[in-house]
Amino acid sequence: MEPLSFFSQARVLIVTGKGGTGKTTVSGVMANLAATAGLRVVVVQVATASDRLQPETANLSRLFGSDRALAYDEMALRVGQADGEVRARALRPDTALVEYLHLHGLRRISRRLVNTGALDVVATAVPGMPDMLVLGKVKQMERAAAAGLARAPELILLDAPAAGHAVRFLQSPHGLLEAASGGPVRAQAEEVVEMLSDPARCQVVLVTTPEETPVSETVETAQLLEDRAGTKLCAVVVNGRLPVLPLPGGLGVDDLRRLAAGAGVTLGAGDAASLSAAGRLRLLRQEAQAAQVARLAEELPLPQLELPFCFSADLGPEQLEALTGALRKAVASWEPVELP
Amino acid sequence: MNGEVPASEQGPGGSGRVRAARGDRTARGQKGATGAQADATSELAGAMSGGRATLLGPDVVVCVGPGGVGKTTTAAALALRGAKDGRRACVVTIDPARRLADALGTRHVGNEPHRVGPPAGARGWPGELWAVMLDAQSTFDHLVGRYATNEAQADAILANPVYRNISAALSGTQEYMAVEKLYELQESGRWDLIVVDTPPARHALDFMEAPRHLIRLLDNRVFRLLMAPTRAGLRAIEFGTHVLLRTVAKVAGGQVVADTVEFFAEFEGMEDGFRARAKRADELLHSGRTEFALVCSPRRDTVDEALFLAGQLAGEGFEVDKVIVNRCYPLYQPVSPGVAEGLAESPLAPFVVNLEQLALVASKEKEQLDRVTGALPKASVYRVPFLAREVADLEALAEVARYLDEG
Repeated sequence: MEPLSFFSQARVLIVTGKGGTGKTTVSGVMANLAATAGLRVVVVQVATASDRLQPETANLSRLFGSDRALAYDEMALRVGQADGEVRARALRPDTALVEYLHLHGLRRISRRLVNTGALDVVATAVPGMPDMLVLGKVKQMERAAAAGLARAPELILLDAPAAGHAVRFLQSPHGLLEAASGGPVRAQAEEVVEMLSDPARCQVVLVTTPEETPVSETVETAQLLEDRAGTKLCAVVVNGRLPVLPLPGGLGVDDLRRLAAGAGVTLGAGDAASLSAAGRLRLLRQEAQAAQVARLAEELPLPQLELPFCFSADLGPEQLEALTGALRKAVASWEPVELP
Repeated sequence: MNGEVPASEQGPGGSGRVRAARGDRTARGQKGATGAQADATSELAGAMSGGRATLLGPDVVVCVGPGGVGKTTTAAALALRGAKDGRRACVVTIDPARRLADALGTRHVGNEPHRVGPPAGARGWPGELWAVMLDAQSTFDHLVGRYATNEAQADAILANPVYRNISAALSGTQEYMAVEKLYELQESGRWDLIVVDTPPARHALDFMEAPRHLIRLLDNRVFRLLMAPTRAGLRAIEFGTHVLLRTVAKVAGGQVVADTVEFFAEFEGMEDGFRARAKRADELLHSGRTEFALVCSPRRDTVDEALFLAGQLAGEGFEVDKVIVNRCYPLYQPVSPGVAEGLAESPLAPFVVNLEQLALVASKEKEQLDRVTGALPKASVYRVPFLAREVADLEALAEVARYLDEG
């Protein structure tokens, strides 16, 4: 599939997965590929009510070669190129509450209310509301995209909270529908639920690494998201897979020295030990990862998109380019699977 | 009110520990005893290890770090190491992966510590390993039961829907209950090492400030007004607050506001107990008996987050004692000059490519490790290598624990 068709499936793609699997990296890579296909993309990082204090980080910006942390206002990450654009912003429940109050005629006092702990009051009385306000803001962006407003994004990538929180986060409007009998918040909850359950507007991309615990939790999250949030799952990104090297197994230090001698190289004991130990680790990891990828395919009937492990401890523009190329290839052979 | 000894009276370091090890559990009527024989054994072991404990380290280790770096596993490995050193160790886990929970046997047990035995056929430990999986809800319920002046008050609070919201969903509740559980275990005197996992956070203070969180909520101006809905109070409610409450009422019905008022009214009188306990828990965290272990992986983003956490801890007067860096690629010795070129066309070429790739990532990881040691020169840094298999059983935990040995 062409990247443009892939990213035209839904206006909002929610990217989630277990902590540490690379949600932010995957959001950035997807945004970059969509931009090369000519789309105007906004990446939205959200914080849940329970981690509203967490500082916005520069992890996403760094992929694009910037060191600036995301903020409420959109920040350009990739602009001025012939094709598309990538911008990013961070949404937090307290800012979403301020905006909500603004829209409801409480502009003058909203900031003071939030500063005096109104969010605590709201979260105590109606736990799902702060999360729902964030989703309401995303929905507002999605409506602007749908209306084709000038400068509105064409694709919104939601870098969502880690898996366990994501279920609660996406469930929040459903919870509110049960609690609220009427009023503006109920109306907003209804609209958010509508967006979440319309696959033309919103789909979920799960991110995992090919390791045991992340795969298990991804399968669980997938089931919970479908059951409780009613959101269509689009694909699972398998991030950080070691490129497979054709290493023959069962070769000891002596075998390596003999094979080297055959190639006219005398291998010292230290050299042979290094090559052998590194080879053994790689083989074990490759086999373990292959087994997890197979298990994931079996337990979760979703198309997989594979991204390779980068031999680096830091991800910047160089890795972004490499990963974007890898995603382009993965998307090219991507086929949507109709779930029974 | 229930025979607790304030932390400040326990004295610093070893003496407090010996006192704790002697165990005034009976005087306190502590629940959850594990049978007379086990008690006698652990008291004996406790008395013995009490004297040694000062040599072995702190009473409490708090593991902090970003999500997905193996914090829970590390906490369990630290407790196992303690058991191997002859200590009675208990690990408090939060939301462990299923297989780890199975290995620790905490999956189907309640909110009380559970003794973990060595795997079948393996040799035991000189000490003890216990594990408990934090259940924030029942920990909170327990606390309400403890500080309620009578059963009717406890029942009224437990049944209040706003209480259910606070105890289940309010931000910081899980952190608060983790500290509470830690304090409860420490106070029981049954263990001489308690390792506590914390919810993943970029903001370490969520945990450190947790005991103060409820107090802050109780002190919230809006709630204070709700608690005293007198005529004067109502007048004092600003227009904005009033509108906000009306909005809340509109969202979830007037019942929610009524329940909130009732909850805070019911809570009246229990505040002091909560406040005093929060203060003692806070003192425990600040005492020399508590150590902080920062857990991360050798990658730029998690190191950034870990150092950010360390900075916040330092701002509150906490020092990071240990840094545990998980999932490091081993530092292989590079091959001698000329070897790589000589083997480029041979069947061994993939071995050479592999070694170069792994060495490259290991050298990049080393730069990140150097940032950690540079920023935290006083902390002991432990490198735990990438293990070939998932750390999900006691054997693998023991392997991790070996890398956490001193020296």
